[in-house]
Amino acid sequence: MARKLNLRIWRGDATDGGLKDVQVDVNEGEVVLDVIHRVQATQMGDLAVRWNCKAGKCGSCSMEINGKPRLACMTQVASFEEGETITVTPLRAFPVIKDLVTDVSFNYKKAMEIPAFAPPADLKPGQARMEQVDVERSQEFRKCIECFLCQDVCHVVRDHEENKKSFAGPRFFIRIAELDMHPLDMLKNRKRTAQEEHGLGMCNITKCCTEVCPEHIKITDNAIIPMKERVVDIKYDPARMFAGLLKREKRS
Amino acid sequence: MTTEKIALERYKYDVLVIGAGGAGLRAAVEARESGLRVAIICKSLFGKAHTVMAEGGAAASMGNANSNDNWMVHFRDTMRGGKFLNHFRMAELHAKESPDRIWELEMWGALFDRTKEGKISQRNFGGHEYPRLAHVGDRTGLELIRTMQQKIVALQQADKREHGDYESHLKVYAELTITEILKEGGKIAGAYGYWRESGSEVLFEAPAVIIATGGVGKTFKITSNSWEGTGDGHALALKAGANLVDMEFLQFHPTGMVWPPSVRGILVTESVRGEGGILTNSNGERFMFKYIPDVFKDKYADNEEEADRWYVDQDNNRRPPELLPRDEVARAINTEVKAGRGTEHGGVFLDVSKRISAEIIKKRLPSMWHQFYELAGVDITKEAMEVGPTCHYVMGGVEVEPDTAAAVGVPGLFAAGEVAGGMHGSNRLGGNSLSDLLVFGRRAGMGAAAYVKQNSNASVSDATVTAAAARIEAPFARSGGENSYSLHAELQEVTHNLVGIIRTGTELKEAIEKIAEIRKRSANVAVTGGRKFNPGFHLAFDLDNMLLVAESTAKSAISREESRGGHTRDDFPGMDSGWRQSNHIASFDGNQVSVRKQALPFMPKELFDLFEVDELKKYMTPEEIAKGGSN
Repeated sequence: MARKLNLRIWRGDATDGGLKDVQVDVNEGEVVLDVIHRVQATQMGDLAVRWNCKAGKCGSCSMEINGKPRLACMTQVASFEEGETITVTPLRAFPVIKDLVTDVSFNYKKAMEIPAFAPPADLKPGQARMEQVDVERSQEFRKCIECFLCQDVCHVVRDHEENKKSFAGPRFFIRIAELDMHPLDMLKNRKRTAQEEHGLGMCNITKCCTEVCPEHIKITDNAIIPMKERVVDIKYDPARMFAGLLKREKRS
Repeated sequence: MTTEKIALERYKYDVLVIGAGGAGLRAAVEARESGLRVAIICKSLFGKAHTVMAEGGAAASMGNANSNDNWMVHFRDTMRGGKFLNHFRMAELHAKESPDRIWELEMWGALFDRTKEGKISQRNFGGHEYPRLAHVGDRTGLELIRTMQQKIVALQQADKREHGDYESHLKVYAELTITEILKEGGKIAGAYGYWRESGSEVLFEAPAVIIATGGVGKTFKITSNSWEGTGDGHALALKAGANLVDMEFLQFHPTGMVWPPSVRGILVTESVRGEGGILTNSNGERFMFKYIPDVFKDKYADNEEEADRWYVDQDNNRRPPELLPRDEVARAINTEVKAGRGTEHGGVFLDVSKRISAEIIKKRLPSMWHQFYELAGVDITKEAMEVGPTCHYVMGGVEVEPDTAAAVGVPGLFAAGEVAGGMHGSNRLGGNSLSDLLVFGRRAGMGAAAYVKQNSNASVSDATVTAAAARIEAPFARSGGENSYSLHAELQEVTHNLVGIIRTGTELKEAIEKIAEIRKRSANVAVTGGRKFNPGFHLAFDLDNMLLVAESTAKSAISREESRGGHTRDDFPGMDSGWRQSNHIASFDGNQVSVRKQALPFMPKELFDLFEVDELKKYMTPEEIAKGGSN
């Protein structure tokens, strides 16, 4: 049975915009993206929204729903009170392009700045041998669907545009951690460059990123904190630094 | 009317790759590593392609799980799966090269699940004789995309070191739609399109264009495809003078969710039925007992008591009919719905909650339970699902030369991945799509690189640009015309009801007429609002592509008077070895699609001899058997 839903949608662009109220039919079991699509098809043909898979796997339909960074395809209308107005707004940490679509190019620039995977020079295709338990740590981070909700919620950049230059953000801390823990990656000093070049030190572990992650990746506990601990060890423990030099395998 | 000024941007590249899914990215890597300047164009953000949805794995006969596996076994399985309508050379290249393509990904940072010996783990899948699918849990497609996305970044970092600019030789143009592939003097000269964000237009000049745009699922009402699956590459190729081969072959999965809308089209894995899920109609009748074909009578239970006992004692009871092959189940569901015994949303009920406890469901089907609970509020431990056939994959596509992925008839045009035809014949095996896009993505990159060496210059004339720009402006100039959303919905109804999983001549005839009618009306689509990120405007172009795809499919389907793989004719239920010798070739004259028969290339002796003659007799005519191969 269809019922009416009050939806408040931010409409506008970089120069101007505001919230618009619409009433739209909603059916049992629908998610917020479904009702946005219905608004688009019946009332606002030019309403801008990003989406792809509508199955929680591509991370395109990121927006803020009642002020919280969420995927619209994973947010059920039924999770709100009946009669409650649902407000949808674009991601706050990124510049608005139009309506619910923001310019997320910040993230792609940061991706380019993380040094790529570096396998051993003498490794031949098909010759790699790794234990399941050793690949699982990095596999957790490779579940990331790049929805950038963690980047949006992180208070280091959410209201501090000036920090963006020196801060890669949680998505790229797990990328660095993933490479650092990758059994075949040979590049040294990933943790230290995380600290010195990508702004790891600016994170003060409020775990907001972990809370919004739709893939339930333990960003803070499994990536950020272990890297921070090792950075502290490396930076301030001369004995460990010396031991590290003696080991053939990379350690930092 | 639009008021924005259209600033025309122009770029020159050696190779243009349209599509940034698995095939497009693999092609781009190959072309860049051959020393060329490459542009990758995607409709979405970089890394969001439909490839991320692939769960099962990538098929490659590495032999890690069973050392008896090799390319010949994989080749045989692929040909059987395609009911021998595959282009033998594509199936051969695919089987031979996929192991190398998987190992190569590992060198780029991919982390596949491991065997006890530390090798890449391989899992069983329908139609594959040995465990063959390299996988990462149930997110193998995401791993492929991310690995290649990061490989692209690695190449850009190398360019930065050498040339001082990340994007000097390899650039991703995200959220850009191509509306036309441009030719000059009969050869490829570039492509034209618009930025989705701003609506402003872009000209690319390039001697080689690789199409890697994926599938066509959005042509249908119920589909597992993402919004991008609008057949863009199929239509762009047709309009550029290329052919589409065997467009009648589409893979439908029998149990996709039909309700609620939030999960419409999403696959309900076969294991739900394997664990005891039963299918019932709106009268509460467990209808599958009525649909057991004679050839399966000795293997499937004809009464509920025996079917129920099978779950505890498989040695002394026949299997429940819910576990019949996919096409049988799909046909049964389709018949029930058409007879008026479907649910109000056009499906049937699939219920696993009555037979097993909530605890066991959550343990055995964790991702299914979680997905539907989280996305739709459907608790499969307590209630039935509403399911029906969902459009999953198109086997048909651009006709290509197997070794180079060059589109037949259009110098400079290449195609790889789902948009290319021939590889899978009439039906694709699970796991063969991810390996397909790696093998032929690379070959398309090589093919384009070789072509560019001989044809390095391309420039587009002003007249060509003007015509392409006029086409983009047209829907803005109309007022009070048709709404693209409603036309799309109408098209989806027609394809779903008349060109879907089970077809008849009369319904296909009706479909062809209705599609033509919608296409006529689509010429009058008007767009409200401006050019800036305007989905109504975007859909107007996607719609045009979907209409050409639907026309190609309906016209190929009405011509093929047999049932084979992903093409089932109720009025021609049998497989006909005479029809196996023919491909269907669809082409476009600017007005309409026409379809003709073309002889399917025959296997050479060394491939023919990989099969037992008794097996080939099921598919081939006595004359073909007697010939024993083409050389």
